[in-house]
Amino acid sequence: MVAAVLGLVGFLISLYLWLWKVGLLGALVCGDGGCEVVQLSEYAELLGIPVAFFGMLAYLVLLALSLLGLQPRWQERREPTVGLVLVAAVGVVYSAYLTYLEAAVIHAWCRWCVASAVIIASILVAAVLGLRAMGRPAATRGTAA
Amino acid sequence: MAQSMNLKPFYVVLGVIALVGAAAIWMARTDGSAVEVGPTPVSATSFPGHVLGSDSAAVEIVEYADFECGACAHFAILTLPDIKQRLVATGRVRLRYRDFPLPGHSQSPAAHMAAACAGEQGRFWEMADQLYFGQQAWVRDRRPARRFEQYAEAIGLDMKQYEDCVDEDRYAAQIAAGREEGMTVGVNSTPSFLIGGLLVAGSISYDSVVALVRRAEGATAR
Repeated sequence: MVAAVLGLVGFLISLYLWLWKVGLLGALVCGDGGCEVVQLSEYAELLGIPVAFFGMLAYLVLLALSLLGLQPRWQERREPTVGLVLVAAVGVVYSAYLTYLEAAVIHAWCRWCVASAVIIASILVAAVLGLRAMGRPAATRGTAA
Repeated sequence: MAQSMNLKPFYVVLGVIALVGAAAIWMARTDGSAVEVGPTPVSATSFPGHVLGSDSAAVEIVEYADFECGACAHFAILTLPDIKQRLVATGRVRLRYRDFPLPGHSQSPAAHMAAACAGEQGRFWEMADQLYFGQQAWVRDRRPARRFEQYAEAIGLDMKQYEDCVDEDRYAAQIAAGREEGMTVGVNSTPSFLIGGLLVAGSISYDSVVALVRRAEGATAR
């Protein structure tokens, strides 16, 4: 459940940044303009596609996996949670790279990007905890992922 | 067997989050934040800004912008080329650029001066393109003047005249006048646009510009 809520919030943040990137929104609500500097940098695109778009896709997959894992017939199976761990791990690695770029190369902070990095890391933690809980007897499990 | 959970309350929470998020994003669209303003009191001595397009165009778009502002670069790179090609070149719209350097932007005064000095030689819009497309490079320079000189050379300016102009701060008063005029009409962020008596803030899309131009054309025709 935690992963699903976080996945939805992450998706909304990515959607917001993507809509701005393609020119459908006004000024970014960001505070000091750092979001715009980061979003206009060369690192905000990958293969000519806004990074925020890939973020949207990743969060959609995470949301779908989280919801799948909550369905009665999937609750005892590890696949959705393993999928969450794998997708979130890739997301954390790429978010860490982007955060490094903000700090060391672009010299500007995009608060929405930082929020997204925190969210993807939290999803990874929740998914790992959920996976570990699956190894324990059913009576002691929570529903972290 | 897994204990069956009642997921309905959880789905309701997810739905509420989705709705609130979607509403927040919807409200961030620029079109809804247009503010109607009265006629602009412009004194005879004030700087008219940099104009592109026909004097006989029915609609004028006034842009208040800062060369160091990321959203202004976003607009200049993504939207302005379409406006120039499809609205200005066809005689439908006249574009007027007014300097609105923001106080927190340390490189902005030099960038606006470089553009104004290029404007003196009839190359304002070419320099504006250089500044916006190269914003990522010069915004981090401690001394961007050298890079501005490269832009000046690239667009074919008379370098002696350009350097004299920059050294003398020849257009400082006009740049300040542009900012003051913007504040008079209620500009408090960049980019802002005055189209047919409506003041709109943010890097608006081409479709939004066209909608505002159509509205202004309708008002002119009546």
